Amino acid sequence: MDIFLVWVDIFRNWLTGGIGIPTLAAEIFIKIILVLIVIIFVLCNLIVLVWLERKFSAFYAMRLGPNRLGPAGFFQLPVDIVKCWGKEDTIPEAVDLPVFKIASICSFITAIMAWAVIPLGKGLVLEDLNIGIFYFIAIGSTGTIAFIMAGFGSNNKYSLLGGMRTAAQMISYEIPMAFSLLGVIMLAGSLNLSDINEAQKNVWFVFPQIIAFLCYFISSIAEPNRGPLDLSEGEQELVAGYFLEYSGIRYALFMVAEYTHLVAVSAIAAIMFLGGWNPLFGLTFIPGFVWMMLKIYFMIFLFMWVRWTFPRVRIESLMHFGWKVLIPVSLLNILLTGVGYYVFQAITG
Amino acid sequence: MDCLKESKPISGPKDGKDIVVPQGIIMSTVETVLNWCRSRSFWPLTFGLACCAIEMMAAGDARYDIARFGSEVFRPSPRQCDLMIVAGTVTKKMQPLVLRLYEQMAEPKYVMAMGSCAISGGPFKDSYSVVQGADTFLPVDIYVPGCPPRPEALFYGLLQLRKKVANPKAFAEQYKEKLENYGKNY
Ligand code: SF4
Repeated sequence: MDIFLVWVDIFRNWLTGGIGIPTLAAEIFIKIILVLIVIIFVLCNLIVLVWLERKFSAFYAMRLGPNRLGPAGFFQLPVDIVKCWGKEDTIPEAVDLPVFKIASICSFITAIMAWAVIPLGKGLVLEDLNIGIFYFIAIGSTGTIAFIMAGFGSNNKYSLLGGMRTAAQMISYEIPMAFSLLGVIMLAGSLNLSDINEAQKNVWFVFPQIIAFLCYFISSIAEPNRGPLDLSEGEQELVAGYFLEYSGIRYALFMVAEYTHLVAVSAIAAIMFLGGWNPLFGLTFIPGFVWMMLKIYFMIFLFMWVRWTFPRVRIESLMHFGWKVLIPVSLLNILLTGVGYYVFQAITG
Repeated sequence: MDCLKESKPISGPKDGKDIVVPQGIIMSTVETVLNWCRSRSFWPLTFGLACCAIEMMAAGDARYDIARFGSEVFRPSPRQCDLMIVAGTVTKKMQPLVLRLYEQMAEPKYVMAMGSCAISGGPFKDSYSVVQGADTFLPVDIYVPGCPPRPEALFYGLLQLRKKVANPKAFAEQYKEKLENYGKNY
């Protein structure tokens, strides 16, 4: 994927040298283009993802899934999106208008902001922050605000309940998620995602950190509100949860945010535990970007598998599990990692 | 299916083909594309009234699989649905709620009367407590007869509704008639 960076360099040189734009302006221009490329990349992923989700759900239920529009029903989602575009934008009278309108955009923005630090290959990152993983966790928690805004702004009791549930769930699963990532950070000795990736040249962190990986996996199901932990939209008790009053494209934005979050969470799992763009079996002729995508999609496959095979849990068992099992276990993992690291250093000197 | 036979398509479907194809995507208006997309993605409301609803649920399972036509997205919230399948007996007690659910749906919205109860009262034709058909108070787009109709019949209804949605002009007159009863008789 070095070729991509070479293109960017050529483009930059052409802008500053060929046309004579000031360096700062050229940098800003290039950054804007790169941001657009990332957003388009995420949205393209989304089309594939929703198609996969529908096909997987069909597969687990021994159905066929969408198969009328395009090859294997691939164009079902684009058609759905266009339909959502053309739908009436219902705004009930009693809503808190500015909050109601901003909430859906907010949820999408917070979901896409996490992509600023996620590298998809060597150097393929918008901003190689030295506290990348910290930034990711921080941005992940701000997503809660959008859901509370949607819940409160809709002025509907089910929306409110859904919003509050989402907030409670996201905050309580944020903690084991951060703790489980801490073990990896201790081993790698860095908060920078590219450095963490380099540290896995010899062994992937999923092997020494298997407990952390399981903790991360479970809490990252709860984080983007996916089944079986999608209590915020439990149909049997909350109708549809926080986006109950949203229709058309505003509702679609919430769905887009959910899937964007899912891809981001899978990418972080791939980088932190599955060795990122380090090749498997020394197959270096396949570019790192491809390995990265394969690992991301492997994680997504796991998420979908879990979603369509397990029934939804109850709210209090979710909370009990989060606070009484996941947090102690992930704390214990930090202790074990620390002791193990110390012993390892003492032995190898 | 009588309602489909009676209407005279002006520039409407021939042999099940839509007008988008002969005119070409580029030349057609945005509205045509939108209508075509609407006709390909009905999201029904999770909503059932009586025994016909069981058959509607069977349409979603492995044997019949409504997902093939992209309609497996049964949304629980009326704001996000396009299609209301009135599946079952509409009692007088339930009638205001059915109407409210219909009014809560976002435009464009379509109504399918599934089963003889929703069409005309069916076996409860002479009952004091049953509404004599959903079209007495809702603008019903399509009728699926049967008691209950099989899932295949439901699919056939969906496919017929597609034609109607993709060519709204051809059915404009019919809509005027339908809207006469909307919100009345209760
Ligand atoms: S039409 Fe027949 S099956 Fe359907 S709701 Fe009426 S009685 Fe039940």
